[in-house]
Amino acid sequence: MSKTTPTQDLVSGIWKQNPVFVMLLGLCPTLAVTNSVANAIAMSAATFFVLLGSSVLVSTFKKWIPKEVRIASYIMIIATFVTFADLVLAAVVPDIHKALGAFIALIVVNCMILGRQEAFAAKNTVGRAALDAIGSGIGFSIALLMMGSVREVLGNGTFLGFHVFGPSFAPWVIMILPPGGFFTLGVYLLIFAWWKGRKQTTVHPRRWLHEVTAEAGD
Amino acid sequence: MSEQKLPMAGLDGAPPTPPVAKSTSAARLVGTLAVAGAVAGAAIVMVFSWANPLIQANQAARLTGAITEVLGGAARYETVFLDGGAFTKEPQADTATLDRVYVGYDAAGAPHGVAIVTEASGFSDVVRVIFGYDPTSGDLLGMKVLENKETPGLGDKIEKDSMFVGEFADVGTPLVGVKKDRATGAHEEIVMITGATISSRTVVDMINRRMEALREPVSALWASTAVASGGEAPDAARAGATGGGL
Repeated sequence: MSKTTPTQDLVSGIWKQNPVFVMLLGLCPTLAVTNSVANAIAMSAATFFVLLGSSVLVSTFKKWIPKEVRIASYIMIIATFVTFADLVLAAVVPDIHKALGAFIALIVVNCMILGRQEAFAAKNTVGRAALDAIGSGIGFSIALLMMGSVREVLGNGTFLGFHVFGPSFAPWVIMILPPGGFFTLGVYLLIFAWWKGRKQTTVHPRRWLHEVTAEAGD
Repeated sequence: MSEQKLPMAGLDGAPPTPPVAKSTSAARLVGTLAVAGAVAGAAIVMVFSWANPLIQANQAARLTGAITEVLGGAARYETVFLDGGAFTKEPQADTATLDRVYVGYDAAGAPHGVAIVTEASGFSDVVRVIFGYDPTSGDLLGMKVLENKETPGLGDKIEKDSMFVGEFADVGTPLVGVKKDRATGAHEEIVMITGATISSRTVVDMINRRMEALREPVSALWASTAVASGGEAPDAARAGATGGGL
């Protein structure tokens, strides 16, 4: 049913269809818990687990789920995995669980996860759904790490707790406060938009030339 | 089959059946959600029964660590509940609703101090601290912030600034918060954090308020505890610490 190759399923979510920087999904955790690299990693891991688990289950049971109750069923599957992640984090890494607070429970309403179920897992085979989930999960993790690195390095002068600047560095405290999240995301979106625009302007004439020659050949 | 039947139905004069979108029966919809819910519930129960003992152990370890820290090296502690104006180990009422403090004992079994939890609104959200109190001298033994959402880099120094946290060791009560350049070196003085006046004052005030409310029952508790453990009040070891501040 899918018109893409398995490699495309895996790769598109990582960069070209990056959930955060291109699709602008899952912005709530992206802004809220990226004030340190450790939090970003924990959030990425939890989201990755929930996304992969839900995609595989939704894809497996797609034939048995009537379309009238599909969203409710997806949410139930997602919520179950989120509860697993919540309990496991609280049991294994209580400090990180405390730092992430309510945002673990809020993975349930992460549009990226429900979006992947509705747009992909519900229409494709289990293998393809898993590949798509892995790709999107990696893309989301990269985005969170990019946010977390910039904010922790500038806002606290550390990376994963290690000092990267000399003792004379005065941390830009605003970067680990909520406004810093918006600034960082804004700058990244600007870079992505600029990069996309540049690619279009350079690619366009060549494609046009190619089409002209193709027509002439006909 | 049906393709042939439809025009025939038209020939018979009977109205042709309009194409109806296939709808799922309500029983099937409810059934799907019920089964999914039951399976999800069962799975969550399984994970919960594995995780819950670990979570409880984590919480207990965090509390024990905090109590040991603010009491300056207590070997073990005992929870006592405030029931009807006096502290007791076995209260009549439900323990979940009762106020409580933790009595720390040193390795020899002598009472070492009392750890008390208190909370109040800080600059951004509730600040929760635990502090150690020595009823014999009336001094604080130490303070640790359990929870705070104060401004990073400014207000959260109440937890991260070792200078400020250190102020709460061997200080007389009630506490007096002073600004850095107004410090006179008095025994009750806490030098507040520059740029985090509200956060610092919150900590100082909440400890004072809590001590005011609990001083009487804690003293009574202390007298009975000292008797119970053979009258070995720990003040002999702490004779150097100046009293006063009461």
